[in-house]
Amino acid sequence: MLPRSQLWLLGALATAGAASAVSGRINPYFLDVALGVAINVILAVSLNLINGFTGQFSLGHAGFMAVGAYTAAMITTTLASRLGWPPVALRWGLFPVALLAGGLFAAVAGLAVGAPSLRLKGDYLAIVTLGFGEIIKVVLQNVKAVGAASGLYGIPSYTNLFWTLSGAAVTVYVVWGLLNSTFGRGFLAVADDEVAAEAMGLNTTRYKINAFVVGSFFAGIAGGLYAHLKGYISPTGFDFNKSIEIVVMVILGGMGRHVGVIVAAILLTVVQEPLRKLGDWRMILYALLLIGLMLARPQGLFSWSLRKPRTAAS
Amino acid sequence: MPPLLQLDRVTIRFGGLTAVSEVSATVEPGELVGLIGPNGAGKTTVFNLITGVYAATAGDIRFDGQPIDGLKPYAITRRGIARTFQNIRLFPSLTVFDNVRVAFHLHLAHDAVHSLTRGPKFFEEEARLREQTRELLGIFQLERVQDEPARSLPYGDQRRLEIIRALATRPKLLLLDEPAAGMNPAEKVELMRLIQFIQEKFQLAILLVEHDMKVVMGVCRRIHVLEYGRKIAEGTPEAIRANPAVIAAYLGTEAATPRHA
Ligand SMILES: Nc1ncnc2c1ncn2[C@@H]1O[C@H](COP(=O)(O)OP(=O)(O)OP(=O)(O)O)[C@@H](O)[C@H]1O
Ligand SMILES: [Mg+2]
Repeated sequence: MLPRSQLWLLGALATAGAASAVSGRINPYFLDVALGVAINVILAVSLNLINGFTGQFSLGHAGFMAVGAYTAAMITTTLASRLGWPPVALRWGLFPVALLAGGLFAAVAGLAVGAPSLRLKGDYLAIVTLGFGEIIKVVLQNVKAVGAASGLYGIPSYTNLFWTLSGAAVTVYVVWGLLNSTFGRGFLAVADDEVAAEAMGLNTTRYKINAFVVGSFFAGIAGGLYAHLKGYISPTGFDFNKSIEIVVMVILGGMGRHVGVIVAAILLTVVQEPLRKLGDWRMILYALLLIGLMLARPQGLFSWSLRKPRTAAS
Repeated sequence: MPPLLQLDRVTIRFGGLTAVSEVSATVEPGELVGLIGPNGAGKTTVFNLITGVYAATAGDIRFDGQPIDGLKPYAITRRGIARTFQNIRLFPSLTVFDNVRVAFHLHLAHDAVHSLTRGPKFFEEEARLREQTRELLGIFQLERVQDEPARSLPYGDQRRLEIIRALATRPKLLLLDEPAAGMNPAEKVELMRLIQFIQEKFQLAILLVEHDMKVVMGVCRRIHVLEYGRKIAEGTPEAIRANPAVIAAYLGTEAATPRHA
């Protein structure tokens, strides 16, 4: 008998399969929103591991998403025609490989960015990841092989409900599973008090890097799904605004809460649809929303147990 | 047999201030040793030097015969030194239970991968750790609040929990920084009794910082005395009580303000 958490995962994957099977009957607009929602759930849940549960502050999630998106898209666009496989084989065979490659590249990028900066205390990570996001954007804008500023076109639309929902389910399972063990409580301990965590024998740097690499991996997966949903990607799609959008989901969901962050990711994605007309004003609205929220509900929208202030003793 | 812990002319300077100056001291296996001195004498700084929070400016520190200076705090804990903090540092948002459980970290067979594969061995170990955690909590009757977040405990229980958490790392040497601070005399006596109990049960060496002379004298067979970062005396409680330098240091600080105030 499998543990409950794994039964849940299997159930979620089966649901993803079933939903995908009937997706032809879903209104295309609605389907498109649903796919976007699932991708944002992956992004928010994976960032929640870093910013929420482990208490770090990354502002570069969109950068890792870009690494995954471009890696996966380069693989499918170059290989799809050369392999001469039937479309079914490409969607169910090549695509997952491309997604995984995107995730791995993003994880490697995460390691490269995180290993030096996570050793430092305080807000260095925010600055370094912010810089990383910008560097990725500028690099992509200047590399001809990936379409430079005009981006990559003609990416096959392999993304469907099965891949996005499974991706979201696996992300949730991994983040939940990592945290729900004696080992995993270490992430929360690092977030609470690094000095005490070290004194209890926890290699805090290792924990932070683990969280960062796993989080980046899933950002990369989300990037690959996004690329094969839109069919077109450009460097500006993965800019600072996108990172902020994900950060807002995590904060709104109540940093380090499993369900809250998922709900926030769903709500914010759905709410954004009618706001698209506003263009750049959307970001201002976002900023206002964030400020208002910080003032009104610093513990996040969906956490009812108010975090009590620390006692004078601690 | 070499001493369990050996400080040899350890010095640390913070800018112009020499917080600890050429301090040499030892702790033998299984020994309960006191470390006393007026406010700002450098007691907490000595703890921070031993546990790798600060690197010594000069001198060396050996544990079990091996040099430990320069090691990261977690690596020093791995060698067998655990501590509590003068300004309690629990994991405030974690439950009382998880505060202790997470400190078994060094002795875990499972890691990130096992947390995901969640096989039978993983659950066996988790069940075993749960049992051990409950056992430790029982020392201070904290099982009844095990699901509360640590921050919600009363002050005294937070201090007790911190001691239990340190025990979960299975140390050979336990450093206690004013564990009885803020407790009333009756609670202090009770705590000292439990500290002696813990020391015997777990075969621990303990280095105890405590302001209350009566308390220290009651439980420690040997005491080191610091003043202005220097060691001014070492010996049995009787010898310390009769030591003119110690008397002067303590009488002196009652009148004068602490140096760092
Ligand atoms: N990180 C630091 N930077 C600068 N000075 C420090 C630092 N840590 C400690 N000091 C100074 O070193 C001296 C010794 O401090 P320490 O905290 O070790 O004293 P203590 O004996 O533990 O005192 P108390 O009984 O008040 O706890 C003090 O003058 C203190 O201000
Ligand atoms: Mg002190």
